[in-house]
Amino acid sequence: MSAFWNAWVWAITLAVILGCTWLLLATRKSEPHKEATEETLGHSFDGIEEYDNPLPGWWFQMFVATVIFGIAYLGLYGLANVKGFYGWSSVGQYEEEMAHAEEVYKPVFAKYAAMSVEDLQNQPDGLKIGQRMFANNCSLCHGATGAGAYGFPNLTDGDWLYGGAPATIKQSITNGRQGAMPAWGPVLGEEGVRDVASYVLSLSGAEHDAEMAARGQQQFQALCTACHGADGKGMQALGAANLTDNTWLYGGSFAQISHTIRAGRNGVMPAHKDLLSDDKITLITAYVYSLSNK
Amino acid sequence: MIKHETIEKNIGLMILLIILVISGGGLAEIVPLFFANSTTKPIEGLRTYTPLELEGRDIYIREGCYVCHSQQIRPFRAETERYGHYSTANEFVWEHPFLWGSKRTGPDLARVGGRYSNDWHRAHLYNPRDVVPESKMPAYPWLFENKLSGADTAAKMQVLAKLGVPYTEEETSKAREQVEGKAEIDALVSYLQALGKTHSQYTNKR
Repeated sequence: MSAFWNAWVWAITLAVILGCTWLLLATRKSEPHKEATEETLGHSFDGIEEYDNPLPGWWFQMFVATVIFGIAYLGLYGLANVKGFYGWSSVGQYEEEMAHAEEVYKPVFAKYAAMSVEDLQNQPDGLKIGQRMFANNCSLCHGATGAGAYGFPNLTDGDWLYGGAPATIKQSITNGRQGAMPAWGPVLGEEGVRDVASYVLSLSGAEHDAEMAARGQQQFQALCTACHGADGKGMQALGAANLTDNTWLYGGSFAQISHTIRAGRNGVMPAHKDLLSDDKITLITAYVYSLSNK
Repeated sequence: MIKHETIEKNIGLMILLIILVISGGGLAEIVPLFFANSTTKPIEGLRTYTPLELEGRDIYIREGCYVCHSQQIRPFRAETERYGHYSTANEFVWEHPFLWGSKRTGPDLARVGGRYSNDWHRAHLYNPRDVVPESKMPAYPWLFENKLSGADTAAKMQVLAKLGVPYTEEETSKAREQVEGKAEIDALVSYLQALGKTHSQYTNKR
């Protein structure tokens, strides 16, 4: 705040305090009686008259007390560019709060950060911290229990798109993941989409049309094996799903599989490296790991 | 000496004195903010909303999102742990009107951009309970059907330019083609993904 506005704020504040004080004292002084009397002001509104009495003493003293409180408050907390006796500021209070938390929690996180994810499985308190942070940061997509939702992977079933090793889980959280299943509708045509969907159904032993699946197999071998593998078991390095295990991220019905093939899928796991510190990501990794490694 | 009676019996004088006393607060607390650097200068590197984000912002206002979601993170650890760096006035210099809100039925959204995928936002806005079973947020399925015409987008940007948002004529002239035919959901999601991402002065790490 510039010197002018600093002076402006101070001038108005003091003028209001002093003005109110003066008004109070001046009107008090000009009152005709110092004590309560039976005398009225002489007017009558619908038969209601008014005594010509001074302000009650307690009322007057309370007003004076608020003025003193105001001045004391100004002195302790300051105004505009002038720091008060306490030196308080909202940012200062925040930083103090953060420094205190750092002091209390840093050793806790440091203790767990030094452990491997496998060792953390035997640290109930560490897992509990991880669970709380999971609830705050991950549960909106993956569910409060980690069981996922349509389009958001279930973390409890031991079935992993990108791999379930601790380092891989940590990598997924830190840098995020970007699914890259292209839309095959334009390439395959509607009939081709249905054929391939039938073949995909057959991979996990689901009910399917054998004739269509036979046609779909050829196209699958030509187009899909680069990511999903010749046997349809997927490839974790690419995040390509295993199609043989009857676990479905986007649904396993004929219509849902057809839609996935036709329009593609591009699921995104946001990167958390700019949101959470490495220590916290380690604890969340440990919790996620524990969900399928009990 | 001024008499209590004089003020009480001259209603004009009393009104004048009341205005004088009350305006003291506004003059000292509000007026200086119109001239302070911290409230009038945009934060370094601040970018404007794209036309699509701007339309999304208007949908955010139309649907009343601000009634339940604030866009202002207070400087308390409990808030910055959850939402990221506390908000500062210079982040809102180009917001007309600002959407700070006054009540949190849902979480603060000031830095929600990038926290969830586009797919999540779409699923969540179509029916929140599909992804968050315990949610009590209303569903907004019509956003997927309504299409934007883009007819007013340029005019909106020109008005904002008059209020000091640095939209160029070139940006304004291309606004319609960037918006026309897009679904409202696309606009809203792009706006949500921009929240907190229009500058990179603060790290949100916690």
